[in-house]
Amino acid sequence: MKHMTARTLFDKIWDRHVVCTGPEGSSILYIDLHLVHEVTSPQAFEGLRQANRKVRRTDLTFATLDHNIPTTGDRRLLEDALARTQVEALRKNCRDFGVPLFDLDAPEQGIVHVIGPELGLTQPGATIVCGDSHTSTHGAFGALAFGIGTSEVEHVLATQCLVQKKPKSMLVRFSGLMGAGVTAKDLILALIAQIGIDGATGHVIEYAGEAIRALSMEARMTVCNMSIEGGARAGMIAPDQTTFDYLKGRRFAPQGYAWEKAQQQWSTLKSDAGAKFDSTVEINAAQIAPFVTWGTNPGMAAPVTGEVPDPDQGANASERNGMARALEYMGLSAHTRIEDISVDRVFIGSCTNARLEDIRSAARVVKGYRISNSVQGMIVPGSQQVKREAEKEGLHRIFTDAGFEWRESGCSMCLGMNADRLKPGERCASTSNRNFEGRQGVGGRTHLVSPAMAAAAAVAGRFVDVRKWHYKD
Amino acid sequence: MQSFTVHTGIVASLPRDNVDTDQIIPKQFLKRIERTGYGNVLFFDWRYDKEGRPDATFPLNAPQYRGATILLAGKNFGCGSSREHAVWALRDYGFRAIIAPSFADIFANNCVKNGVLTVALRPSEIAQLLARDAAGLYRLKIDLEQRQVSWNGGFQAHFDIDPFSRSLLLEGLDEIGTTLKREAEIEKYEQRRQAGL
Repeated sequence: MKHMTARTLFDKIWDRHVVCTGPEGSSILYIDLHLVHEVTSPQAFEGLRQANRKVRRTDLTFATLDHNIPTTGDRRLLEDALARTQVEALRKNCRDFGVPLFDLDAPEQGIVHVIGPELGLTQPGATIVCGDSHTSTHGAFGALAFGIGTSEVEHVLATQCLVQKKPKSMLVRFSGLMGAGVTAKDLILALIAQIGIDGATGHVIEYAGEAIRALSMEARMTVCNMSIEGGARAGMIAPDQTTFDYLKGRRFAPQGYAWEKAQQQWSTLKSDAGAKFDSTVEINAAQIAPFVTWGTNPGMAAPVTGEVPDPDQGANASERNGMARALEYMGLSAHTRIEDISVDRVFIGSCTNARLEDIRSAARVVKGYRISNSVQGMIVPGSQQVKREAEKEGLHRIFTDAGFEWRESGCSMCLGMNADRLKPGERCASTSNRNFEGRQGVGGRTHLVSPAMAAAAAVAGRFVDVRKWHYKD
Repeated sequence: MQSFTVHTGIVASLPRDNVDTDQIIPKQFLKRIERTGYGNVLFFDWRYDKEGRPDATFPLNAPQYRGATILLAGKNFGCGSSREHAVWALRDYGFRAIIAPSFADIFANNCVKNGVLTVALRPSEIAQLLARDAAGLYRLKIDLEQRQVSWNGGFQAHFDIDPFSRSLLLEGLDEIGTTLKREAEIEKYEQRRQAGL
């Protein structure tokens, strides 16, 4: 079929997956990959049972355990009875319905958005869903990937399709190149600070520009991961040689002749010249400093060289209220310099920043130092594979020598469903994605930063500008 | 799924922007494997104090809102996590509809699947409702067929909703059953997909 009009990358993937038009202007969209975890799936499988339905494509469905599992000790014991019930429910559901499961003792186990890419399940041009809002991560490969609720999980299990209304499109172009010490995390935090946490609601973002092209796959995943924190339905980056080099040889990636054919087809996955976006945002990456959030949503962020804003500067009454509430919760006063904020805990982990490159970047900062006496630090690799690779490079020793705990893989303190939680009032430098009230534990205070910034905060006991770090390597 | 046509009920106001689903239902309640029974933990960390008693400063605990079935909220309601438990909790508490200037995408989707209507109104209309709230208890009528929110004293606002969500809600359809009726087309697509076309 010839398309006369210029299309965006998003248009191309969308068009290719429309099975047929659905009711009332919607489309029935085919799903190429469905990832499942223990927390948002039990009710979906139960729904299938009640309606006597089966999983349509067990070959396109993969499950893992990540959200509520322990990251210490013998994980098979699972002392938390409720968590155990949920874990056992997923095991039974996978057995009953024939869905492959990467269980707690599997070498593939890890955070669902870390293992999809590292196993080569995540591929350019695919539609990917999961009952988790950070499914946007997979868009880094030029896939259309988005989070869904449990009812939609059930819908995909039963039909391998979703009924969707096509979202709008947004182009975010990062021109220029980031300075040393500035990371993908800072790019995305800067974007969200600029457009707001609902700035991209109803849109699929395509990230483009010189700064994006220069990013590794791991860094691209960090950017796409937090698209949802700007309200976007999904975020994506057109695949290129960096993408192909990452994927080649991975377990579920096409091999041999199929690889050549796939790569040829993937090379066409980019927005045509002149393709129209519903909105466009331009940001100069060269001017971005490392970012630190000061409030209770990811848009409340400032450069590390800045200070906590004054709620009086809010644009309107409700924004002023929101800022004042946030400062009260965070125990911060206006005009405090970001570098004067001290931390009690440091968490390096999550689907945003727990891949090998993130762990390496933190290790490079920590090497030769000890973390501050007043800080408790924790490294939670994103997957067992990340953990193995990091250990092969000896990174775990750098961390444990410095006083960090080196844990097993899982979502851990990103959302605190397991025992890894902040105590009330504790302040944490975290490489995760959400600083909502109570997110990391009731009364806990979260500051979102990059892995390098978190590592530097662990050593200094407060936030410091990692661009001025004295590396001992 | 419960259908939604016309509903009249008491309105409770929670005039805060960006209420995320972590606040609507904190993570410690996501370990259950049922779809119901979340009403008493809705807004748990805001609603109860450290001893587990209702916190008098939380708007929803105000006596005048007892029996409320419509929630009036700030912009970008339901942002963050995709947890459908947030909608189950609102529904179990008794809310049939939520009115706000805007909603997060996944949350709004989840509402439709559970027979909960999200109504986006203009900020000026929300301001009128908040002013009415200050004068004491009031009820609103929401007519999905007419796409109208009104009260007897004269307030009337029109709202937009995509036709697909509207028809799902009006008819209380089993969406999976509807899609499964397209089996022939899905199969045809799968054959094309298999052939790499």
